[in-house]
Amino acid sequence: MFDLDRWEEIFDTIRKNKLRTFLTGLSVASGIFIMVILLGFGQGMQNGIQKQFQRDAANRISIWPGVTAIEYKGLNPNRRIQFKNSDYTLAAQKYSDQLAYKSPLYRIWGGLVSYGKESGNYRVEGVLPDYQFLENAEMLDGRFINHLDFQDKRKVAVIGNKVKTDIFKDKEEVLGERIEISGINFIVVGVYTDPGGEREESRVFLPISTTQQVFSGGNNIDNLSFTLPQEENFEAALATSQSFIKNIEQQLKQKHTVAPEDESAINVSNSLEHAKQIYDLIFIIKTFFWWVGIATIFAGVVGVSNIMLIIVKERTKEIGIRKALGARPISIIGMVLQESIFVTAIAGFLGLITSMLLLELIGPYIQTDFIVNPTVNFNVALSTVIVLIVAGGIAGFFPARRAARIKPIVALRDE
Amino acid sequence: MIEIKNLHKSYRTGTNALHVLKGIDFSVKEGELVAIMGSSGSGKSTLLNILGMLDEADEGSYTLDDVPIKNLNEKIAAKYRNKFLGFIFQSFNLINYKTALDNVALPLYYQGIGKKERTERAYAYLEKVGLAQWATHLPNELSGGQKQRVAIARALASEPKVLLADEPTGALDTKTSYEVMNLIQEINDEGKTILIVTHEEDIAQMTKRIVHLKDGVIIDDKPVKQVRALAHV
Ligand SMILES: Nc1ncnc2c1ncn2[C@@H]1O[C@H](COP(=O)(O)OP(=O)(O)O)[C@@H](O)[C@H]1O
Ligand SMILES: [Mg+2]
Repeated sequence: MFDLDRWEEIFDTIRKNKLRTFLTGLSVASGIFIMVILLGFGQGMQNGIQKQFQRDAANRISIWPGVTAIEYKGLNPNRRIQFKNSDYTLAAQKYSDQLAYKSPLYRIWGGLVSYGKESGNYRVEGVLPDYQFLENAEMLDGRFINHLDFQDKRKVAVIGNKVKTDIFKDKEEVLGERIEISGINFIVVGVYTDPGGEREESRVFLPISTTQQVFSGGNNIDNLSFTLPQEENFEAALATSQSFIKNIEQQLKQKHTVAPEDESAINVSNSLEHAKQIYDLIFIIKTFFWWVGIATIFAGVVGVSNIMLIIVKERTKEIGIRKALGARPISIIGMVLQESIFVTAIAGFLGLITSMLLLELIGPYIQTDFIVNPTVNFNVALSTVIVLIVAGGIAGFFPARRAARIKPIVALRDE
Repeated sequence: MIEIKNLHKSYRTGTNALHVLKGIDFSVKEGELVAIMGSSGSGKSTLLNILGMLDEADEGSYTLDDVPIKNLNEKIAAKYRNKFLGFIFQSFNLINYKTALDNVALPLYYQGIGKKERTERAYAYLEKVGLAQWATHLPNELSGGQKQRVAIARALASEPKVLLADEPTGALDTKTSYEVMNLIQEINDEGKTILIVTHEEDIAQMTKRIVHLKDGVIIDDKPVKQVRALAHV
């Protein structure tokens, strides 16, 4: 391997067989290139899905009322259920030791939010302080709704970053500014960002007490949200959440006189169940891309092997000459193998570097909800290259050994 | 120098066996210049290939410079070829992507000689065959005669005991053939043992001894009065 003369001999053949070297290199480089891009996009899809999923707390449970489907205790079906503050307080008190975060929500659809001349329609939601964590919202500036806001029914608002850029334009400092929501003045006390992106940032949060009062909501609420404490084990967390849901559903049905088997009067969404589906999906996607990656490597091995065979065929006569001049079989094997591994390695790394550069360059410009920041784990790519080189060596070994076994008289026979 | 006794060789093609050499007894002393003649298919190349350890006999013994050549593995055969023998072929068999100089240096590479010495020695042999100024040219930039002279320089470079030439002038015109024969005669004059396979009478007459092969046996083996090629170029 470290025989300088051997290397010189190899550089000599490479220099003088540029096309052949180029073609071998190209197949390997493009194989690696395709594989890295694929793995990159696989990772991008995973990132995208995970980001979609991060827009709310990972273990959030949401409950909202619907319309009854079944006649029960003399009450007609098609009856609309309305949650009240008491539904929330009952649940919050009964399960207080089981819950991590909890908040009711009262929503005004299409609330017109304006500042000076700028205005827009946004979801306006009255909530409790815990709601920040249920939403996975992070404060960019100021604070979220707090307990005093709720207690004193203060007219304060926490706005999403999108709302800020929409109505405040370039204005940096917006805390303390007065905005109008459907004709009523509120003071901005915080700006938040949400991993869910613009859609999740196009909202305004108010204290629920204020919202119910100034927008004539009485003690109506639209939605209950909870999280349970984190658990180490995903399956255990899922089981706990399911039993919690069963209890609270039963309690709510009883309170609102809904048949126990009525599926449409009380709706429940459990993020953990979504999470399970998403983890399964990510697993499937990753497995798929790995298979594609392995298939690409396999194709690369076959390609290298093919080209090696062509090289050996092409060089039969040369090998015969070399043997007649005293080349030992091992030196013929070494020559063919070392050349191919050298070319494969260089080409593999070129493919790796160009594809990673491409991902690096275009990755940040890919803006869809489903592919986010496509990157490839460098170690994965590197070990792939090494696997390819080893596989290329193995693929090259058999043609090389065959080359070494060529009888010089056969190779040199004049046609 | 070369001693063969009762040499037999058959080729099997499918079910038929072709008995090519049927008991050859033959010896060559140091410094001889021998022509092996015979019609096409008479087994001349087969004999030469066995002498060159490119092929193996089925039966009989072969001694080269007092070394018995028998049951050689590939590695030893390669070593002996490199040490004892220089080959000259009808179609030259130069490596087409290597310069004349690098072609001549190749046997020295397989002897494990360092680059600098290799180049110097190869250059000296190119000079000897009168092609020093063509050292950096590729084979396809050379004429047939020049190619054969490069091949001769290459055969000489490893300083072998015996030169084996299979129809060395077969691909050349008469004038060039004689130039090549002149070179071969000069090398023989310096004491090198040379065997030439040919089916051309005039070329055979330029050696010192003619061995006639027919149907796998030697039918005639006699010294000749050497015709000097220089007189004809
Ligand atoms: N490798 C081989 N396999 C089968 N037959 C062969 C082989 N080499 C030579 N022959 C046959 O052996 C005979 C002698 O061949 P060769 O020694 O090349 O003859 P010459 O050189 O005298 O023309 C020919 O009939 C040829 O066809
Ligand atoms: Mg012949």
